[in-house]
Amino acid sequence: MSFTMQRDGEICVVDVEGQLIVGNRQELKQKVLDELDRGERRFLIDFARTGYIDSSGLGVLVSLSKKIREQGGELRLANLNDDLKTLFELTKLDTLFQIADSRERALQSF
Amino acid sequence: MDDAPATGVVPPLPCDARGAAALDVTLASDVSLVEPVVAAVVARCEAHGWPERVCRLHVPVALTEAIANAVVSGNGADPAKVVRVRACVDAVAVVLEVTDQGGGFDLAEDAATGEEEDFLEREGGRGLFLMQRLMDRVEQWVAPGVGSVVRMTLGRGGAARAPGGRVA
Repeated sequence: MSFTMQRDGEICVVDVEGQLIVGNRQELKQKVLDELDRGERRFLIDFARTGYIDSSGLGVLVSLSKKIREQGGELRLANLNDDLKTLFELTKLDTLFQIADSRERALQSF
Repeated sequence: MDDAPATGVVPPLPCDARGAAALDVTLASDVSLVEPVVAAVVARCEAHGWPERVCRLHVPVALTEAIANAVVSGNGADPAKVVRVRACVDAVAVVLEVTDQGGGFDLAEDAATGEEEDFLEREGGRGLFLMQRLMDRVEQWVAPGVGSVVRMTLGRGGAARAPGGRVA
């Protein structure tokens, strides 16, 4: 399980590799908040290599979305597979986030 | 199930009659220990030919929720307390049981329904909701001298339908 961050222009892109769950969600949260504190305002989280997400992981995404918005920023999600899409639909979080089918589309949407 | 937890003797797991659960693990109350246990149960589901969706969504998410709840809420993340995870997996059903040393909780009271006004923007409180939506049946007991037991069951027929429906 790991989170790698890179910049694509003005956008911070985080790749979530493996699971986003109770044991590692704080690491993701801190990584993004550190960049927010440094003045970054555009974030994309790419789930192309993500296994599953639990409610703690979903909670961190909600928390980050709120904090980023409060700072005048934007958060996008990309590459949810069918299982992750189901999770977001079950919890209605597909209505809270802007979710793109691909990284490219997500980057273009900013 | 929407009843308060039953108190008393916990019925045996289906595989208890065969002498041993497919998996029987006791772990310290540490969330970093959750994932390997979940992976072991998923491997058994895969070995029994359960659909990908069950192996990638239903079982790992529901079981992670149950164990995390046991560690954090049941045992208060007290390293001196343990969580026991047992699983019976065969071609017909997946039965997952998580026991902590806490006093139990009320699933009917504590589980979100998804209709709460703040459901969307809340940061927590989706764990029990997901357990109920992803598994066919969630049962709970408070076993005196043992702690709180949560048992989740998924049947072949249930797994084939889209998650979100509930078996009556």
